This record gives sequence, C-alpha cells and structure tokens, in this order.
Amino acid sequence: MKRRFSIDRFLAQRLGVSLITLVALLTVIPIIGVFGYIIAKGAPAISWEFLTAMPRDGMRAGGILPAIVGTFYLTLGTAVFSVPLGIAAAIYLAEYAQENWLTRLIRIAIINLAGIPSVVYGLFGLGLFVLFLKFGTSILAASLTLSIMTLPVIISAAEEALRAVPQSFRTVSISLGGTRWQTIRKIVLPQALPGIMTGVILGLERAAGETAPILFTGAAFFLPRLPGSPLDATMALPYHLFVISTQVPDMPIQIQYGTALVLIIFVLGMNLIATVIRSRARAKRQW
Amino acid sequence: MDKSLNWRETIITAVVKTCGYSAIVFVILIFFFLLREGVPALAEVKLGDLLTARWYPIENHFGILPLLTGSLIVTVGAMLIAIPFGIGTAVFLSEIAPRWMREILKPLVEILGGLPSVVLGFLGILVLSPFLRVFLDLPTGLTALAGALLLGGIAVPTTVSIAEDALDAVPLSYREGALALGATKWQTIWRVTLPAARSGVLTALMLGIGRTIGETMAVMMVTGNAPVLAVRLTSIFSPVRTLTATIAAEMGEVANGSTHYHVLFFIGLVLFLISLAVNITASSVVFKSKKRAERVLS
Repeated sequence: MKRRFSIDRFLAQRLGVSLITLVALLTVIPIIGVFGYIIAKGAPAISWEFLTAMPRDGMRAGGILPAIVGTFYLTLGTAVFSVPLGIAAAIYLAEYAQENWLTRLIRIAIINLAGIPSVVYGLFGLGLFVLFLKFGTSILAASLTLSIMTLPVIISAAEEALRAVPQSFRTVSISLGGTRWQTIRKIVLPQALPGIMTGVILGLERAAGETAPILFTGAAFFLPRLPGSPLDATMALPYHLFVISTQVPDMPIQIQYGTALVLIIFVLGMNLIATVIRSRARAKRQW
Repeated sequence: MDKSLNWRETIITAVVKTCGYSAIVFVILIFFFLLREGVPALAEVKLGDLLTARWYPIENHFGILPLLTGSLIVTVGAMLIAIPFGIGTAVFLSEIAPRWMREILKPLVEILGGLPSVVLGFLGILVLSPFLRVFLDLPTGLTALAGALLLGGIAVPTTVSIAEDALDAVPLSYREGALALGATKWQTIWRVTLPAARSGVLTALMLGIGRTIGETMAVMMVTGNAPVLAVRLTSIFSPVRTLTATIAAEMGEVANGSTHYHVLFFIGLVLFLISLAVNITASSVVFKSKKRAERVLS
C-alpha cells in the first residue's frame, strides 16, 4: 500500500513537471516564431530607399520616411511632457509623501491610469485636447494623450529607483547641512538616474507602439510631406501598419512586412537600450 | 541659512507636490470628459434601446449588447489561454528551469509584452486567420477565436511576469520545509508554493484580464467586425465585434456632437468603469494579502 502510494506520487511528479515544461515550451516557441518570421519576411524589404523616401503610388511603393519621422516626433513629444512630470511625481511619492489616505489615493489613481484601455485615452484626448482646447488633430494633441498614458509607467519605475537609493546617503547629506532639495538633486537623483532612465525608455517604448490613442488625436492616413509644426497631423509607424494591412487594397506584402519590421526594430531597440543601461548600472552600483 | 535658499526650497516643494497629485487629477479629468461627452447619449437614446441586440448606427439603432457579448466571448477565450499558459510558464520559470534559462526566457516573454498590438493584429490577418480558416474549415478566419488567441498572447506576458515575481517571493524555507518532509517537487509546487503565492498570481490574472478587455487594435483587425449577438458556444467560430473595436472603427467617421458620437463616448465610459473595477479589485487583493503577511510575521 505504502509502496503504491509512493509510485503514484513520483508518477505525478513526472507528469506534472513534464506538463509544465510543455506549456512553457508552447509559450516560448511561438514568441521566437513571431520575431523570426517578421525578421525573415521583412528584411528583404528594408533598403535605403524604403527608410528615406516618401511613399508613392498610393503608398504601394517608395519608402515610409514620414511614418518613421512621425513616430520619432510623437515619442519625443511624449517625452517632453511625461518625463519631467513623471519624475517629479515619483520624487514626491518617494521623498516627500507621508503614508496617509491621500498618498493611497494617488497610488490607486496610478494603478487605474495604467489600466485604462488605450482607446479610452484616445477618446479623452479627442474630448480634451482636440476639441475642448482646440489643438486639432495634431502632434501636440497626440503627444499629450500619449504622455498621460505613459505617466504611470514612468512614475512607478522612477519611484522604485529612488527608493532603492540607501537611506544613509540622504542622512549624510542632510547632516552636512544640505537642504532636502539639495539632497535629492545632488545625491539621490544621480544615484537613481539609471533606474529612472530604464523606466522612462520602457514607458516611451509603449507610447511609440500604440495606435489607438493617436487614431483620433493626431494620426494621418497619408501625408505627402513631413509635418512642419506641432499643430500638424502626422503619419506614424503603428498607424501606418494598420492602414496598409487593412485599408489599402492590393498592398504589396513586402512593404507590409518591412513596415512591421521597422516598427519592431524601433520599439525593441528602445527596449535593448533600457536593458543595457540597467545592467551597466547594476555592475557599477556602489551599494 | 540665506533667504533665497529657503524660497527655492518652498517653491520646489510646491511644484513637486503638485506633480505628485497629477495622477489623481488625470483620472478625474478622464472620467469628467467621458461623462461630459457620453452622458448626453442617455438623453438621446433610451436606456432600453441601448440594451437591445441591434447595432446599426446609420439607422439609429444603438444596441450595445452585441458589442458587450463580443468583448465577453473574446475575453473569456483569451483567459482560457492565458490562465494555463501564463501560470504554467511562470511556474516553469520560477520552480523548474535552471537559473541561466530563466535569465534568458523571462526577458524574452516580457519582450512579447512590449510588442505593439498592431503587429500582432497584422500577423493575425496574414498568418493566423488564413490558418484557422483552412484548419477548421470556416467561411472566414476572422473570428472571435482569432481574437481570443491573439489576446491570449497579449495577456500571457503580463501574467507570466507578475506571477513569476509572486512565486519568486515565496520564501525558500517553505519549499525546503516541504521537501524535507518528503514531498516531491511537484507536491511542493502544487500544495505549498502556488498556494503561498496565491494572491500575487491572482493579481497577475486580474491585470492580464484588464489588458485583454482594453485591447483594441489586434482585436479590431482579426475579429471580423460583425456586431452580431454572440450567445452560443459556436459563436467563437464566427465574426464578432468588441466594445473597444467599435470605438476605434467608428469614431473617425462620426460628426462631433451627434448621437452616434455620444454613444461611442458612452461605450468609452463603460470601458473606463470596467477597468476601474478590475484594477481596484486587483489592488485590494494585493493590499489584503500584504496585511495578512504582516500579521503572520508579527
């Protein structure tokens, strides 16, 4: 009886572990497949012309320069608003806030901001920036919309980075006569900078790949020129991919895969930079 | 201390404090604008008409039930994928895989989480839905099933990442204790580690669900965009349309201030409230478990 029991249990162990391993394989292999497939299919489309020329023949030929430049502008615009605001909010939470109901409310608000569907951000941007503040469909309106969406990512990451700086650093600075702000600016921020940068880049990466928030706030179907001011609408890589894969008939398949590959390189390139910053900072850390 | 320094300190403190409150301000602003543009829909369309099964805006039929069932069926389908695969992969990474493998695989899974959903939708159109059409012999591959599969793929990275953190946070001594009592590795995982990490794993699932309900582009591209009531089990093999996809697909073409425009904002309001409910539930699970842990430790 006892013997049978132990066989069953080791059988269960084997079955369970194999099952879990199988499930993990079935998760990981498609991921590698997705990347491999897009790289293999998209690489032949990439050429100097594809990256630097304007689209021709109803976007069926030529390059995707306006979409690349547009995504660059949108990412930059998002950074301009969300980085200072996000870091300041993180400084407040990590260095100033006391644990009371108001701080808890701020945390709940951050969690909720992170969970609001991206298309709802689009509606909000349309209601506030495009119509109410009369920015029109523009880079400005789209960037503002994206920055509010990015804010929770930046705040959370930056707060974590600030909290990781040992308390003794602050104590020493204060005891030498530094004010609170001097301590933050000269001691805490520099130490937390790599962690903050990582969070900022990961937040901006998300903004760069989003389509739904810019659908009605700043994305243009097709523009024959590059945007000239923040009040112009713009093409953008994710929206362009959506357009050419659903809205334009007889679109050459190669251009579609090429656009997808450029978007992935843009987004994952940012991811890679963030990872490098993080690992280099960990290696250099003094505490 | 000289006066200018004092002044600077006061001003900076005020600025930092204001920025600290910004998250609250934005949530309220979003809620306010959704109310402002969405509530007029209730005056223009009777609530009873909103809860019908016919969505045909051109003839002023604004029944959102097909969209609700569309979102529901796709979300449930996605969760059926994300629960086993998300938790299974998290358990594998945290409990079974050697350390070097975890260091490679976890970032890889997280990279998928960073993949723009429009790229997944694009592959859904070109690869997944033709495959489903041939494999299952359907009239079209653009179905709720295709949406559920893609959304599962979008929810899995979130679930894996957070659930793995939760499993990793279970003290080693728990596992050592179980193993010392003669439990197999599998018994330890199933009876000790997973239950100990339960609240974190639940949070992971909740946040996965949150991402699923709110996902727009991938779903819009592959579900076939047919606002048909999806109430039978076989509806998974037919085209549907979700709440999010409806907003994204139609907002660009409506006149500002029209009934259709207000109804789309009303749908946005519904989505906002759903995500609010999901996130507050998820975070209260976290808070509660934290308190329990503190009680145990004290």
